Amino acid sequence: MNTIVTGWLEVAAVEDIPVRGSRVLRSPAGDIALFRAADGVVFALYDKCPHGGGPLSQGIVHGHSVTCPLHNWVICLKSGEAQGADRGCTPNVPVRVENGRVLVRAASLVGQAA
Amino acid sequence: MATRSLVVVGNGMAPGRALERLFEAAPDAFKVTIFNAEPRVNYDRIMLSPVLAGEKGFEDIVIHDDAWYAERGVTLHKGRKVVAIDRAAKTVTAEDGTTAAYDELIIATGSQPFMLPVPGQTLPGVVAYRDLDDVEAMLAAARKGGKAVVIGGGLLGLEAAAGLKAQGMDVVVLHLMPHLMERQLDQAAGYLLERAIAARGITVHCKANTHELLGVDRVTGVRLDDGTIYEADIVVMAVGVRPNADLARKAGLDVNRGVLVDDRMRTSDPSIFALGECVEHRGAVYGLVAPLYEMAKVVAAQLTGDASAAYRGSVTATKLKVTGCDLYSAGDFADGPGREEIVLRDPAAGVYKRLVLKDDVIIGAVLYGDTADGPWFFDMIRQKTDVSAMRQTLIFGQSYQGGASLDPMAAVAALPDEAEICGCNGVCKGTISSIITAKGLTGLEEVRAHTKASASCGSCTGLVEQVIRLALGDAYNPAAVQPMCGCTELGHDDVRRLIRAKSLKSIPAVMQELGWKTSCGCAKCRPALNYYLVCDWPGEYEDDNQSRFVNERVHANIQKDGTFSVVPRMWGGLTSAKELRAIADVVDKFAIPTVKVTGGQRIDLLGVQKQDLPAVWADLNAAGMISGAAYAKGLRTVKTCVGSDWCRFGTQDSTGLGVKLEKFMWGSWTPAKLKMGVSGCPRNCAEATCKDIGVICVDSGYEIHFGGAAGLDIKGTEVLGHARSEAEAIEIIAALTQLYREEGRYLERIYKWAKRVGAPHIRAAVVDDREKRRSLFERFVVSQKTAQVDPWAERVAGKDAHEFKPLESIRFIQAAE
Repeated sequence: MNTIVTGWLEVAAVEDIPVRGSRVLRSPAGDIALFRAADGVVFALYDKCPHGGGPLSQGIVHGHSVTCPLHNWVICLKSGEAQGADRGCTPNVPVRVENGRVLVRAASLVGQAA
Repeated sequence: MATRSLVVVGNGMAPGRALERLFEAAPDAFKVTIFNAEPRVNYDRIMLSPVLAGEKGFEDIVIHDDAWYAERGVTLHKGRKVVAIDRAAKTVTAEDGTTAAYDELIIATGSQPFMLPVPGQTLPGVVAYRDLDDVEAMLAAARKGGKAVVIGGGLLGLEAAAGLKAQGMDVVVLHLMPHLMERQLDQAAGYLLERAIAARGITVHCKANTHELLGVDRVTGVRLDDGTIYEADIVVMAVGVRPNADLARKAGLDVNRGVLVDDRMRTSDPSIFALGECVEHRGAVYGLVAPLYEMAKVVAAQLTGDASAAYRGSVTATKLKVTGCDLYSAGDFADGPGREEIVLRDPAAGVYKRLVLKDDVIIGAVLYGDTADGPWFFDMIRQKTDVSAMRQTLIFGQSYQGGASLDPMAAVAALPDEAEICGCNGVCKGTISSIITAKGLTGLEEVRAHTKASASCGSCTGLVEQVIRLALGDAYNPAAVQPMCGCTELGHDDVRRLIRAKSLKSIPAVMQELGWKTSCGCAKCRPALNYYLVCDWPGEYEDDNQSRFVNERVHANIQKDGTFSVVPRMWGGLTSAKELRAIADVVDKFAIPTVKVTGGQRIDLLGVQKQDLPAVWADLNAAGMISGAAYAKGLRTVKTCVGSDWCRFGTQDSTGLGVKLEKFMWGSWTPAKLKMGVSGCPRNCAEATCKDIGVICVDSGYEIHFGGAAGLDIKGTEVLGHARSEAEAIEIIAALTQLYREEGRYLERIYKWAKRVGAPHIRAAVVDDREKRRSLFERFVVSQKTAQVDPWAERVAGKDAHEFKPLESIRFIQAAE
């Protein structure tokens, strides 16, 4: 899967990601968690909680948020911001869906600069 | 000491209330004897519908338990029906010959359901809807599933139909008149109600004239005059009641439709009172509880010497107790000369309101769909308020009058002190406010305990809370029930009760029916709901993997670096060379960095990569090991000592019992983790007395302990009971576990649950009451039938493969920009 399409890289089919669940994409820039919310919207975040680095991909997805499995921080899937009283942000990864395929911005996969 | 004898015939709610009043006013005035034809104590008949719907149990609706009678020195003859009154000798005689002499007698024989005089009316399977026996017969039929026919589309019939439907039966309501509840509703409102009832999956057949009940040994169906046949496993007759006046008639008292009484509630014999549904007063017969309580008050006052106490008849209000159908009716709403009516219809909103007026005074009100103004109208009916000034806007309710705000607090504040708040128990606003001040009450439960307001059907709970808030201001904290999470106002117990009562069998169904505020819950409520559904609908509910915490989703324990730990089961802490060799091979093969012995007598393999999990499990499975569920809110370990096989102090085979318990109970999900221990003697080497459930073997058998903790809290166990055999010990432990599964709130350990519900409650259910223990045990067994599947083997075979496999790795990428 090495084709580069105008700066976006096709990484999965939408159906590969369970609804209210997540799959992990390994990349040179680190693991990226792809999420699919109950309403079908797909999000991508670096797979590290801003709190203790926990794998967000392993958390429970609810609405457009995920709860980190290590200490229950709630992270917004769109912005990567911690919700409620907690402060911190996980970088998000530009992602879009075309014809049932999930594409992420290739630049995000080589470094943290998204 | 009591010198005079009071005998009461009948033990329903009316005489119960009269005695309460009597004992409050003059505890020692009478020596009381009660004869009750039913074999039980006084219970709340209004609450039979919630019992039938599964929302409450019998113990929840008992008004006076045995202790209440004992404390007051009352002789209660249960199951003894009085057959004769000798007015000259002043004695009563029961069927079995028991007699009692009286100075004062109260007849409270109630009413009996009217059974349609059609062929087949005496067949087994034909019941009325009157007492707990009827409800039990209906519940027994519902357990087998099948079809129910309810004859009668009035209040009771519809409540019975809704209850049977909630219990999973196919239900048909047959109603003689052209529309439902014709005594309360006109045709249009009847239609709205019929639509709402039909929307619940209940078939309604109006203009249905029952011709005969079919069946030979037992009822099998109903045939109508028009030839229609409905199959039925049970037929419920709810076509009305009539006063039970036979005893009074035989004794020569004046009887018309009911036993005739004057305003002092005395019959034609001045030593004999009558009250309740058997009574006819000023031409009226009552079947609702509020008037009966008013009569009770008068009887008690007369007995304590207040000759001026008088009953002058009641205006009644009633509410349909079917969840989701709001119907309120009060007063007299029949057509008649000089009567006018005001009607408001909003078909889109399903709202119908009708007021009946006479001489500028409201005499009747029917509200359907929006019943918030019911108490306000009811109050005006009772006060005979002149409504001519607000006639134009009257029907829009209180909030439209005089610019009063829509704030419900303001509405309650505007009510006069005499306004009735609780219809079931006849409690008015002033009574509640004054007792709050007098006794310094601070919460709903206390107000319920002192006044009984909202203690019966509970539909006025909101009003009562507003009265409390008016009295206490900001000092009142209504959050007596902690909501499950931010997605709902409901607490764990309410959610659980409603899951069962409404037969909700999926997370979306729970969220829809119980009005969740978020579209798909949160990380707090979803795992809790998933557990409640797994527990309540074994074999039916399909586990929602995405609502489980990662450890339960992938059947391993997540570690701080995102790797996992794996713990295979070692039954009772026993292992073998073969198992140890297989574990060693797995450690080498997958380069597992840490191997540790756990506190639960097994071996933990730490630092396994997620994608390696299925392969690790495959190797462990091959050596005969299954998941130890070290990650589960479920049965974890059963720690044992070596017991009588090896130990010179061992009294029983503690290792063997531990293995048996673990093999029987593995796979079960519980509200929080469940760890057990079995020690072979009181030296307690297995540390059983700080476990969730522990067993201490003794010479005479097995001492069963529960509710220990050795974590955030440290707490020794309590003794639950003693078992003579291994089988009995296992039965008690499984029953205890099942009770905890059914009552525990998600994440609530056994010791916290026990503290909340009380050890006596638990002991009564799983030790003292053999039948209850047995049924708990059986429910546990049923649940285990589908629970004991090794999750590791399932995943080795390919289940949830996506969970363990990352998407393809991206290795060599050039930025395209």
